[in-house]
Amino acid sequence: MEMYSSVPEFRVIIDRQACRLCKRCIENCSFGALEWRDNKVKAFDDRCVACQRCVSMCPEDAIALRRTPSAMSAHPIWTENARRDVFTQSRTGAILLASTGNELHERVIFDNLLLDACQVTNPAIDPLREPIELRTYIGRKPRFVELEELDDSLKLKTELSPALRLEIPIMIAQMSYGAISLEAHEALARAAVMRGTTMGSGEGGLHKKLYPYADHIIVQVASGRFGVHPAYLEAGAAVEIKIGQGAKPGIGGHLPGTKITEEISEARMIPVGADAISPAPHHDIYSIEDLAQLVNSLKEATRYKKPVLVKIAAVHNVAAISSGICRAGADAIVIDGFRAGTGATPKVIRDNVGIPIELALASVDQRLREEGIRNETSIIASGTIRNSGDVAKAIALGADAVKIGTAALIALGCTVCKRCYTGKCAWGIATQDPRLRSRLDPVEGAQHVSNLLLAWSIELKEILGAAGINSIESLRGNRDRLRGYGLDHTMLEILGVQPAGS
Amino acid sequence: MRIVANYKHYKELNEEIFQAVQAGVAELTLEDVNGQRFIADCLKGKLNIDIYGTPGNDLGMFMDGPTVTVFGNAQDGVGNTMSSGKIIIHGDGRDILGHSMRGGKIFVRGDVGYRVGIHMKTYKSNVPIIVAGGRAGDFLGEYMAGGMIIVLGIHNRAKKAEILGDWIATGQHGGAIYVRGNVDDSKLGNGASQFPLTSDDEIAVKKVLKEYCHVFGLDLESLLDSEFTKIAPLSHRPYAALYTCE
Ligand code: SF4
Ligand code: SF4
Repeated sequence: MEMYSSVPEFRVIIDRQACRLCKRCIENCSFGALEWRDNKVKAFDDRCVACQRCVSMCPEDAIALRRTPSAMSAHPIWTENARRDVFTQSRTGAILLASTGNELHERVIFDNLLLDACQVTNPAIDPLREPIELRTYIGRKPRFVELEELDDSLKLKTELSPALRLEIPIMIAQMSYGAISLEAHEALARAAVMRGTTMGSGEGGLHKKLYPYADHIIVQVASGRFGVHPAYLEAGAAVEIKIGQGAKPGIGGHLPGTKITEEISEARMIPVGADAISPAPHHDIYSIEDLAQLVNSLKEATRYKKPVLVKIAAVHNVAAISSGICRAGADAIVIDGFRAGTGATPKVIRDNVGIPIELALASVDQRLREEGIRNETSIIASGTIRNSGDVAKAIALGADAVKIGTAALIALGCTVCKRCYTGKCAWGIATQDPRLRSRLDPVEGAQHVSNLLLAWSIELKEILGAAGINSIESLRGNRDRLRGYGLDHTMLEILGVQPAGS
Repeated sequence: MRIVANYKHYKELNEEIFQAVQAGVAELTLEDVNGQRFIADCLKGKLNIDIYGTPGNDLGMFMDGPTVTVFGNAQDGVGNTMSSGKIIIHGDGRDILGHSMRGGKIFVRGDVGYRVGIHMKTYKSNVPIIVAGGRAGDFLGEYMAGGMIIVLGIHNRAKKAEILGDWIATGQHGGAIYVRGNVDDSKLGNGASQFPLTSDDEIAVKKVLKEYCHVFGLDLESLLDSEFTKIAPLSHRPYAALYTCE
C-alpha cells in the first residue's frame, strides 16, 4: 500500500461493547468501507468518505467517524489536500474530479453584508398581521403600460410577454436526471408544485414520470441537446438555454457510459452505456447573434407562450455578456456564481475559475440599469444560497429570484460528502443504483424541501417586515438597505453598497 | 395550400404555416422564400412542405415527422436537433446542418458547409442520416455519437476542392461516416479512424443511396461502383481515462 492511501482521511470507530453485530452498517455503506471479517465488523478507513450513513443507521449508536488527526507533518502551503492531489495525479496522469462547490475560497461576501431594519422613524411591519407579498414574475416587463378606460373598469392594452409566476422568489436549480436519481428529481418537482415555484430538468431530458409536474419544471437545452424534442419543449413551464454553470465555467460535461442505465438512456435519448458528452460550447452558438437565433428558435418552437432563460457562469466579463444576452431576447438571465455546486467537475476549474455571485449580480444589475434595459430581462442568482438571509441579500443586490441546488439536496438528506461523481451516494440522491435509490422516498423528500422553502419564505417576510417593506418588489435592487461590514472600498463600489455606519 | 413568403417577417410566415397545420393542411407550398428563419421549427406529424427560394437558418429545427423539400439552396442549421422526418435540398446546404440530429434524413444534392452532423446521435430505432452529394467542410461529424453520414463528392461545383475538409470526426464516439473514394488519414481528428466496410455497412449504405438516387434521379449503380471509405470511432468511451478521483 502506498503512503497516502495508508494515511486515510477518516477513522471509523466502532464501540465493540455496544455493537450487537447486526451488520446493518455493512449493508448501508455504499463505499465498501465496512466488511464482515472474523465475526465482527471490520472498517477499511481508506474507503470511508464520512457520508454518515452507518452512523445514522446503527441501532446502538456504536459507530463514530473521526477526522484523522493528521499524522503528516503540518505545512501551511503544502496542505494535506494539496499533497494528496499531487500524489493521486502522479499515479494516474488524469484530471482530478470533484463534486459540490468551490473549496479553495471560503469567503462568502453575503456574510459581509448586513440588512437594514426600521427603528422609530418609520414603522416596521408585522408579517403576522399584515400581508407581505413574495410573488415574483420572471420575464420581460414592459417599459410602460397602456390602459384603456371602460365604463367601470380599466383594461390593459399593452401586450405582456409570457412570464413565470412564482409564489416565492426561490427556485430549485437545474440538476439533471443522471447526475441525481429519479427519486431525487421527483422529490424536487413535487416540492416545486407544493410551493408554487419551479425546478429545473437539468440537461438530461425528462423522465416520463416527471411530465405530470412539467408546468413547474424549466426544461433545459444544453450543448449536448440530450432529450430535447417537441414534447419536452412544449411540456415545460419555460425553456432554459444552458451556456455555462458556476462549478465549471467554459467546460462541457461527460456523463460516463457506465451511468447511462436503461431509464436514463430513455430520458436522454442515447444508447445504454454510451458516454453522454456535452461539448463545451453549443456548436450553433459562436456569438450573441447566434444566441439570439437559438432563443428565437425556442420561442418559435413554443409559439411565444413561454419565457426563454439563458444560464451563464459568473465570469470576468459577466456584465457585458449579460447585456448581450438581454439584447438577444432572453426573458431571464440565470447567473451562477463560482461557489456553485455540481455532481462532477474538474477540481482545478471548480476552485479557480469564475467570480463570486455577489459581485457578478451587482455588476450585471448595474450595467442593465445604466443601459436602460433592466426591465427587459429578469435576473436569477445562484451559487451557494444557504439561507433566507442570502436570498434577501441577493435580491437587494439586484436579483429577481434565486435558485437553490445544494440546499435542496441537503433537505433531501445529502450530507455534503463530496462524492457525487462516484455514483455511490449512500442517501439515494446522486446515484442510479436501484438499491441506493430506494433509500430516498420522493414524497417524504418533497415534504422536506417544501418545509425548507416554507421556512425561508416566512423568514423573508420577517426580514421585509422588519425593514418596513411589504413587497419583495421593493427590496429588489434596493442596495440602500444593505451595508458592507469588513469589505474594502473597491468591493463596496462594485457592490454599490455603503459601508456600515455611514 | 400555397403561401407566398416574399418579404414577410419569419414570425408572420411561421404563424401562417402553424395556423394552416393546425387547421389540418397537410400539403404546403411556400413560394418566394427569402431567408425566413425557423421554417417548420418544431412541426410534427405527416406533412409535406415544398419550398421555392432560399429558406433561412434553422430550417426544420426540432422537427418531428414532416417532409420538407427545398428547390434551391438552404442556409445554416438545417435540421438542427431534429427528431424525425425528411429534409431534401436540391441545391447546397451550409454550416451545422444536422447538428445534434436524433433521427430522420437530410438529403443534399450539392455541397454542405462546416461542422455538419456535429453530435448526431442514435436512439433505439431512430438513426439520423445525412447524405451530401458534393463535398463537406471542416469538422464534419465532430463528437458524432450515432447515425450515418455519407459524402459522395459528386456535383462538386468547386471541382478542385477536396471532398472533405479537415478535422473530420474529432471526438467521434458512435455512428459512421462513409466517403466515396479515398480519405487521407491526415484529414481525421482524434478519436476516429478508417475501417474497411463490412457487408452490413455495404447493405446499409446501398439502402440509403437507393432512396437518395431515387429522390434526385441519379444512377445508383455508377455510384456504387466506387470504393467507399468508412470513418468510425476508435472507442465508444474516448474520455474514460481522462479523469481520476480525489
Ligand atoms: S450497525 Fe451498529 S450495531 Fe449493527 S453491526 Fe454496525 S456497528 Fe454494530
Ligand atoms: S448528493 Fe450524496 S454523494 Fe453527493 S455530496 Fe450529497 S450525500 Fe454525498
